[in-house]
Amino acid sequence: MNESLHLSSQFDEDLSRLRSHVLQMGGLVETQVSAAIDAYATGEVASVKTIVETDRKINDLEKAIDDDCAHVIAKRQPAASDLRLVLGISKIVTDLERAGDEAKKIAKGVRRIYEAGHMPAQYGVGIRHLAEAALVMVRQSLDAFARQDAELAGAVIRADNDVDVEFKSIIRQLITHMMEDPRTITVSIDIISIARAIERIGDHAKNVSEQVIFVVEGRDIRHTKELSK
Amino acid sequence: MPVEKAQEALIPQISMKNLNFYYGKALALKNINLDIYKGHVTAFIGPSGCGKSTLLRTINRMYDLYPGQHAEGQLIVDGKNILDKGVDTIELRAKVGMVFQKPTPFPMSIYDNIAFGVRMHEKLSRNQMDDRVEWALTKAALWTEVKDKLNAPGTGLSGGQQQRLCIARGVAVKPQVLLLDEPTSALDPISTMRIEELIHELKRDFTIAIVTHNMQQAARVSDFTAYMYLGEMVEFGKTDEIFIKPKDKRTEDYITGRMG
Repeated sequence: MNESLHLSSQFDEDLSRLRSHVLQMGGLVETQVSAAIDAYATGEVASVKTIVETDRKINDLEKAIDDDCAHVIAKRQPAASDLRLVLGISKIVTDLERAGDEAKKIAKGVRRIYEAGHMPAQYGVGIRHLAEAALVMVRQSLDAFARQDAELAGAVIRADNDVDVEFKSIIRQLITHMMEDPRTITVSIDIISIARAIERIGDHAKNVSEQVIFVVEGRDIRHTKELSK
Repeated sequence: MPVEKAQEALIPQISMKNLNFYYGKALALKNINLDIYKGHVTAFIGPSGCGKSTLLRTINRMYDLYPGQHAEGQLIVDGKNILDKGVDTIELRAKVGMVFQKPTPFPMSIYDNIAFGVRMHEKLSRNQMDDRVEWALTKAALWTEVKDKLNAPGTGLSGGQQQRLCIARGVAVKPQVLLLDEPTSALDPISTMRIEELIHELKRDFTIAIVTHNMQQAARVSDFTAYMYLGEMVEFGKTDEIFIKPKDKRTEDYITGRMG
């Protein structure tokens, strides 16, 4: 990342505004995920409404940031690290927005489960652990972006493997439950979709980190085995 | 960079080896080593006074006209070191044409602007000359605009047309190389786009070296870009790479507008 200032201070302002909006959006997504998981653990279904409402804010931010990216490109014709930053941001906000959607999905799943009178904690024991791991990935990917830290981004990408492994083990566990007692099928399916959403949040954090590496180093490591093994 | 281009073998049309250039005692080009590839466009960028125009003017020995200026090292064009004594500069300049920042039409008809240079190098019949003029003006994307007024003075054309006339004049003697020294900096955006389009067409037949202050132009028209600073060649590479992922911090700072 190039730390020196542009000749045009306006350009510097444009870019730093873009960056801080991304972090603001990322912060919201982080809060959403963590609120959804809390709802899962505590059964406070009332917070689901707030989560659904906050998701709209995230959607609006995605559109606003993309619009700002278009303006910067049109006005400044960014090159090299500036170009990579703008391109990276435009992709990062897509992943953040989708991670926000997954949080919403979790919240709605939680509401379904509790309203049906179930206690999910009895079934998906590993869910909380999985969610913590995904949340750390989201937080670190945002830190990596804020500090333009490719190394930390690499760590996030590697962490995605653990989340994937944990996800699979939860699924196996739930399958066993369902086979043992078919009455748990309904709630298990909801829990599977929650686990799937959490796993997807990890994937989005990984994508954000891949973009951070592109922004910082100019390397496109998507769809490669680099770093992830 | 498109795949087919990447696989194409690169043949150096011009090779510079340890090239130094002096204005009197002042060293303006410092030990330049560079190949300009055949059939490709090479752009030279850098802040004012970095030596990019000097470099361009060295390639056809434009500096000969000024006492006290001289070059050292090797500058190979077509297998010969053109810095050697006894090089026929007239022949060299037919091989290496040049177009300048401001259009420089001769004070004569459009037809004669083109024919003038050709007559110096070749004996053509009237018909052959007519064909050559049409060919050159077509190459320069000017033919349809001037074909009905070939006897009108070249100076009566618009700025953009005059510049294309100068390109046609350069092309008419069938050079190997075209040097363009900020060819669009005095032109409006539409004429600029026309010239850029033209550069794209011309590189099939000619090797092109262009100096430009407009970085987006360099990014648009060139295959290779050389960034120069204080007489040094800081970085040379494929244009796509220079503008997305330059290797040198100085290049990065210049193309992102961070240089004070």
